Amino acid sequence: MADSLFAQLIGLCAGVLLLSAVLLVWRRTRSGNIRLLSLQGTTLAVLVAMIGLHRTSVETLAVAGLVMFLKGYLLPTLLARSALRSDVDRDAPVINPTAALLLVALLAILAYVVSRPLASLGSGPTTQVVPVGMTLVLIGFMLLATGRHAISQLIGFLVLDNGIATVAFLASGGVPLVVELGVLIDVLLVVLILRVLTGRIQTEYGATDLDDLTELRG
Amino acid sequence: MNVDAIFLAFLQMVVMVILTPLLIGIMRQVRNRLEGRVGPGILQPWRDLRKLFAKEPLRAPGMSWVQSVGPILLMISSLSVCALIPLVSTIHSRLIPGDLFVVVSILLLGTVALALVGLDAGTAFGGMGSSRHMTIAAMVEPTVLVAIYALSIPIGSSALGAIVRARIADPSSIISLVSLLALVALGIATMAETSRMPVDNPSTHLELTMVHEAMVLESSGRDLAWLELGSWLRLGALLGLIGSLLLPWGMATQPTILEIFLGLFMLIVKLFGLGALLSGMEVFLAKLRLFRVPELLAGSFVIALLAVIASYLLEVS
Repeated sequence: MADSLFAQLIGLCAGVLLLSAVLLVWRRTRSGNIRLLSLQGTTLAVLVAMIGLHRTSVETLAVAGLVMFLKGYLLPTLLARSALRSDVDRDAPVINPTAALLLVALLAILAYVVSRPLASLGSGPTTQVVPVGMTLVLIGFMLLATGRHAISQLIGFLVLDNGIATVAFLASGGVPLVVELGVLIDVLLVVLILRVLTGRIQTEYGATDLDDLTELRG
Repeated sequence: MNVDAIFLAFLQMVVMVILTPLLIGIMRQVRNRLEGRVGPGILQPWRDLRKLFAKEPLRAPGMSWVQSVGPILLMISSLSVCALIPLVSTIHSRLIPGDLFVVVSILLLGTVALALVGLDAGTAFGGMGSSRHMTIAAMVEPTVLVAIYALSIPIGSSALGAIVRARIADPSSIISLVSLLALVALGIATMAETSRMPVDNPSTHLELTMVHEAMVLESSGRDLAWLELGSWLRLGALLGLIGSLLLPWGMATQPTILEIFLGLFMLIVKLFGLGALLSGMEVFLAKLRLFRVPELLAGSFVIALLAVIASYLLEVS
């Protein structure tokens, strides 16, 4: 693959990742957010596949396929199933969307400033876009901290995980297959456990608004 | 060079004054046809203007000089913007500062004039319209600035003519990430700035949530004509700017007769095409609740800011 085309495609993928994260903050309907999460996972897989093609490494391509299946399809589907059971589709986050969007702008600048030393280490097109991964991590943290419902927090967690994976692939061209497999299965397990937990909370108390769960009962 | 640039700026002003009422006519006609109505034809805005210019303005007792000066000020600001931004040609001289910051501040001058006219009569509607208009402007102007700033980073100049010329020289930069993000942000900002659909409904006259119509409610006759023409010119100029940035081909880079005619022809095509597209889209949109408008504008601001960050990222590589 030609170097300039590779750089442009990496830039485009990073842009889609960033845009999907911003839209996740912007839109607060749960079904829309899950679709955006699926888009983000697929884009991440395309990014990994691009790196794999550029380095002609079969292992990275296999990881790309795995990421595509898990983050583009399986995790969003699992989330969508548990979202189906809850009756409200809208989430009212702790801070309003306007403030959240302006916060995203600040976080993006912060990520850019923080990861500049990291980006200056390498010279390829992949290391230049590392700040995008950092931004995803910070936006994931923000979604995790401001979401009121269990599923919104889970979405935040997955964005955070996408961010970490993005940084790993961009900065070092991916970790060994075994480690990547372990991380992906970890995430899957976390989602499964939290999904069961959400279901339990729902059957027990009727809603998954975590702000209501402030006291212990015997 | 100076004479050419001044002539072209003058030409752009005259052409835009002729074209924008037709642009509004086309937009209304497209909307009417899509909604299954016949529509008054594309010349109707011109007929309206002729009628309004012939009428004497009625002013309520207690209205100040702002009522007569404001519309003229809006008109002057819109005309200056039309002269300064590259619409027909990318030629510019030192005498005519086609700089991004100059253009945005002149736009803001028109916004303030319009808001003052709305406040002058002292009615509830006008005051509400003006306060909403200023709220929106407070978020739109930074978006426009930041979005075009993102485009100016790779070129190293904030002159709009230079940006468009660099895009003619390197068409692949038009579909780059930075350019797409900036254009989306600029598009949303344009819709908000010119009171188009998701922010304000341009076809209402008496609604509690209207913005633009609320401000011009107390104006009549000549005053109203100047206000309407000034607002249409703003829409035309901003659409023309988006057209120049999105499809810069055919714009005159040399002051020859042939190139200028080609530039004029392309301007007409781009302007009317974009107008028809915009009003076609508007049919499918519902007006946003007023309290959700800042959300939309904050979103467009974030997109513009991301464009700036992305252009810094890509500049390094």
